[in-house]
Amino acid sequence: MSEKLHPIRRGFVLPGLPHPLLCPEKNPGWQRLRDGFDQVREAILATEADLLLIYSTMWPSIIGHQIQARLESKWVHVDEQFHDLGSMPYCFRGDPEFAEAHRQAAVERGLACRTVDYHGFPIDTGSVVAQSLVNPDNRLPAVMISSNVYADRAETVVMGKAAVDALIKTGKKAIAITVTTLSNRLTQSFIEPDQDRIHSLKDEEWNRKILEFLEVGRLEDAAQLSRQIQREARVHKVVNFKPFWWLSAVMGPHNYYSGKVYAYEAVHGTGSAVIGLERASNAARDLEFDEDNPETYAGDRNVLGPSLLSLKEKGV
Amino acid sequence: MSKGKIVAGVLAPHPPHLVYAENPPQNEPTAECGWENLRWGYERLRKSLDYIDYDSIVLLSPHWQTYVGSHFLGVPLFKSLSVDPIFPNLFRFHYDMKVDVPLAESIEANARAAGLVTKMMRNPDFRVDYGTIVSCHLTRPQWDKPIVGISSHRLSAYFNVDTMQNHMLKLGEATREAIEASGKRVILLASNSLSHRHFVSESEVPEDMSQEHITHHGQYLWDMQMIELMKKGRSREIFDLMPDFTEQTMAETDSGALTWMLSALGFPSYPAEVHAYGTVIGTGNAIVEWRHEGQEALV
Repeated sequence: MSEKLHPIRRGFVLPGLPHPLLCPEKNPGWQRLRDGFDQVREAILATEADLLLIYSTMWPSIIGHQIQARLESKWVHVDEQFHDLGSMPYCFRGDPEFAEAHRQAAVERGLACRTVDYHGFPIDTGSVVAQSLVNPDNRLPAVMISSNVYADRAETVVMGKAAVDALIKTGKKAIAITVTTLSNRLTQSFIEPDQDRIHSLKDEEWNRKILEFLEVGRLEDAAQLSRQIQREARVHKVVNFKPFWWLSAVMGPHNYYSGKVYAYEAVHGTGSAVIGLERASNAARDLEFDEDNPETYAGDRNVLGPSLLSLKEKGV
Repeated sequence: MSKGKIVAGVLAPHPPHLVYAENPPQNEPTAECGWENLRWGYERLRKSLDYIDYDSIVLLSPHWQTYVGSHFLGVPLFKSLSVDPIFPNLFRFHYDMKVDVPLAESIEANARAAGLVTKMMRNPDFRVDYGTIVSCHLTRPQWDKPIVGISSHRLSAYFNVDTMQNHMLKLGEATREAIEASGKRVILLASNSLSHRHFVSESEVPEDMSQEHITHHGQYLWDMQMIELMKKGRSREIFDLMPDFTEQTMAETDSGALTWMLSALGFPSYPAEVHAYGTVIGTGNAIVEWRHEGQEALV
């Protein structure tokens, strides 16, 4: 597909903890993140996108993939960890037509996927923070996508491609947002705002490496590094670190991007960054990639079973 | 004031499917049937608990997940709608519950004095998790007893099961001491399944019981081993086996709920009563009661 015609206009990586939304004034770093969100809001305003596509690592699903399809989601949310920071009232506009198109496209590519449309469905803190800050007036409808706990790269990539299928089918253009911290290890005690630091030097070094990649537009390189990031800088709550797999799948699995790091700060020990990516004519690196580029999801492979090649040779 | 006591401890799993199949008026979706063995088990539990006089229910739920410390509900009343994020088609429950805030504060203070990181949850807009709601509803559907809700500090994920167990040992002791000082008669609920490798797809009719079975034979073997230890009063061995059990069956004991409760009970050496065992979307669930009053010498 021509990059000029690609339905994803820009991509962003946004952190999901509530501090930049609820209390940025308490810590200069949180305020810089807040300022970064404000710049992203302005950048989105300058595009001709029709909707926001939000993939949040803070919305886990286990029965396949879930897509928020409610036309209007209204609630007062409280984070289950940082409840003392306050409440987050919201009223978000969705795009049921697109959500259904995305679901169909995902199913056609072999995934288990369903839409959810229920009053009071618990929208996660990350999605609330992201939309509240970059789309506060609901100028654009937002379609939120879950992060399946058990999904590995193939499923996540195929889910991303299904989103692009749906955009092409509906003729819509979107901003892709993945809500995630970089390192996600929280400081294991309650701290004063001015005590906030990245949890460890190791986390800091890996965060800086990710920022280095994305700042020069090496999105696919960063995505190919996801398993290592999971091992080195992530608490193992889920199977793998997926947000960059998704982002590169929806934007295009290459390095032809330019990046901007609006802010990078500690939020209760985590590495929280506001990063933007847009298409560029040159790639910062043009390397071969180790992992393949699946078009459909055929289920988990039985690694102890016969190889697909030997089955094919036998006419199976 | 007389000394308070834990009158019973219960392993009270929280699959929302059980509430769905019960068709209570609080739940919006309705079911034709489903998971009768476990629901009958909860009936037996309720009949058993009808013979006990108690003031409050204290439970630890895997679905209030905190990564910095153990948290405690600290608002007197919660009234809202709980929607299960995984099974919103089955569980949309209008809840109205009271919290025993003084007891919660006392447990929190004891835990903090024991060196644990703790926090009281004081935000009235907070939405109580569905694990707490399901376990409480199935244990006491009248909703006439105040509860104390304790979060699951996810140390198993951050560190390992051993670290989690060390934390829960102290939290359990702090819980018991606070209850004894309160003068109250209290039931503890450990709101968790046993083996927890669940299906990743859902049948078209969720309550189609022809689709229900344990995910893997190995899970079943492990569940039976743990239940056998409960029936024989070998709760210390349950504690010792917890790391292997949790790892090999993806057990929901990673939440710390069962360890916390057994610690609060003082690792009873009397037999527990197994009211039921059954599967829900492949996970193993047991409803088990430790009738603690009068058995305190056997810990």
